[in-house]
Amino acid sequence: MEREAIIGEKDHSNWRELKNRLFFGTVVVLAGITISPILLIVYKLLAKGLKQINFDFFLKVAPDTLQAMTAVRNGEIIPGGIANGITGTILMVVVASLIAIPVSIVIGIFLYENQGKKYANLIRSLTDILQGVPSVVLGLIAYIWIVQGVTKGFSALAGSVALAIMMLPLIIRSTEETMKMIPISIKEAGAALGVPYHKIILKVMIPSGFSGLMTGILLSISRVLGETAPLMLTTLGSTTINFNITKPTSAVPLQIWEFYNNPNMIDLVWSSSLFLMGFVLTLNIIAKRISMKYS
Amino acid sequence: MASEKIIKNLLKASSVIILLIFAGMAYSMIRGAIPAFKEFGLFGFIFSTDWNPTEGKESYGALPFIAGTVITSLLALIICFPLAFSTSLFIAEYFRKTKIATILSTLVDLLAGVPSIVYGLWGFYTIRPLIAELGYSGQGYGIFTSGLILAIMIIPYATSISNEIISMVPNELKEAAYSLGATRMEVIFSVILPNARSGLVAGYILALGRALGETMAVTMLIGNANIIPTGLFSPGNTMASVIANQFGEADGLKLSSLIAIGLLLFAVTAIVNSIGKIIIRKYA
Repeated sequence: MEREAIIGEKDHSNWRELKNRLFFGTVVVLAGITISPILLIVYKLLAKGLKQINFDFFLKVAPDTLQAMTAVRNGEIIPGGIANGITGTILMVVVASLIAIPVSIVIGIFLYENQGKKYANLIRSLTDILQGVPSVVLGLIAYIWIVQGVTKGFSALAGSVALAIMMLPLIIRSTEETMKMIPISIKEAGAALGVPYHKIILKVMIPSGFSGLMTGILLSISRVLGETAPLMLTTLGSTTINFNITKPTSAVPLQIWEFYNNPNMIDLVWSSSLFLMGFVLTLNIIAKRISMKYS
Repeated sequence: MASEKIIKNLLKASSVIILLIFAGMAYSMIRGAIPAFKEFGLFGFIFSTDWNPTEGKESYGALPFIAGTVITSLLALIICFPLAFSTSLFIAEYFRKTKIATILSTLVDLLAGVPSIVYGLWGFYTIRPLIAELGYSGQGYGIFTSGLILAIMIIPYATSISNEIISMVPNELKEAAYSLGATRMEVIFSVILPNARSGLVAGYILALGRALGETMAVTMLIGNANIIPTGLFSPGNTMASVIANQFGEADGLKLSSLIAIGLLLFAVTAIVNSIGKIIIRKYA
């Protein structure tokens, strides 16, 4: 009470302490709420999707509506699987990687070599903006460029181009960041030995930054694997396995969309989502492991 | 050396690809959108609320979708803020560098890895029935459902930057406040927040940029109605979702209108993201 007499106001420390605790409680509760969706989503996918996953699921193409309807009516699991989607996804991601990886590593090295220069800053800013472009807009672009301009119809190539443009900024920036982490003395050692510039890049920079580059590439692939919207606009989907990049092709996310729109195939929605998410998260985890191991 | 020059030029030439992609994107989309802008006028298109694909009476306007995009994204931001901010405080302040913080931040990272269509499915089968049960909208579709799912989707983008910014606040400042008898909460509000403010703002702007362009989950939950939303539980459409919903049967003027909407979306996200990046760059 002495304090009160001196500063002429009440001692609020109890109230302040209470507020402090209440706030801490709120933070913990809200943080708990934040992580609950991921747990609920994984639980839902496992609970509903696991029973449909068998060998056929990976080896057979999607059933037609009649087959699915009969199976559902008889209480059996739906025959067939998502082989057309899996092969289509692999085809498109491989083509997209072939387009995006070499180009973006070279651009990444360019940005690293030209730190602080005006032109390089412009390229870096444009890369950042490109990273923020919604995937559906990239779908429109690939539609105009490839579907209308090159293949004259929906095609896997158009999907690959959309995915490749999505991958570009991710790999460019991770390449630049990786290169920045490599000690400059390694580069100088090469230069002091009279190694030509292109060999320093190929034999010194890329090998010593390999794990970083790999992480960037894997993360960018895991990012585009689940993309649905750009593929709806470009590759359309297909009921058969297709390896011709100028023809319409299916993909796992596209199949999820088809199953979702077909009331008879609801069970397949969950198993294919479970598969897709398992695939994406595994790639994510591998990428993070690689970067942790080597950094 | 000659080889060095060749390589340097090669590197420079490769960077031109980015310029070409940008120029090409702008050119193709503007060219694709011109028929719609010519027919309705630039402002006529942006401010018209008509969306009528009947042949002969075709009329397209972007206002309902612009409104839908802005409302869902802002709603997502409002819902996301307390969740993401608390999570950041949990990870970067209260339980800094502990095991539980690592687990939490891994789980939040996983949120970023969930494909948009899976969020859509989860929203459709789990969230939508709950909203329908509340009785505000018949089947649970609408602005609120989409905003809620969007909020969950952008949490990892908002937290990743806030975590870094919050943990960058110098310890001396916090210790000074503690030594004056401040409680932890007072330290957070009078030391950490003012110091991290612009970084936090930038993080939420970038999260907003994500929300603006999100397509699949919104397409599955917003109810696909080409009207200006009349309330929190009203159905609607966003710029991204109308492209996904209507692209299938589009040609001629309708296709051009969808491309025009894509162009507007591109411009809006580019501006929002640039603002976020500029704030971050100034701050860092």
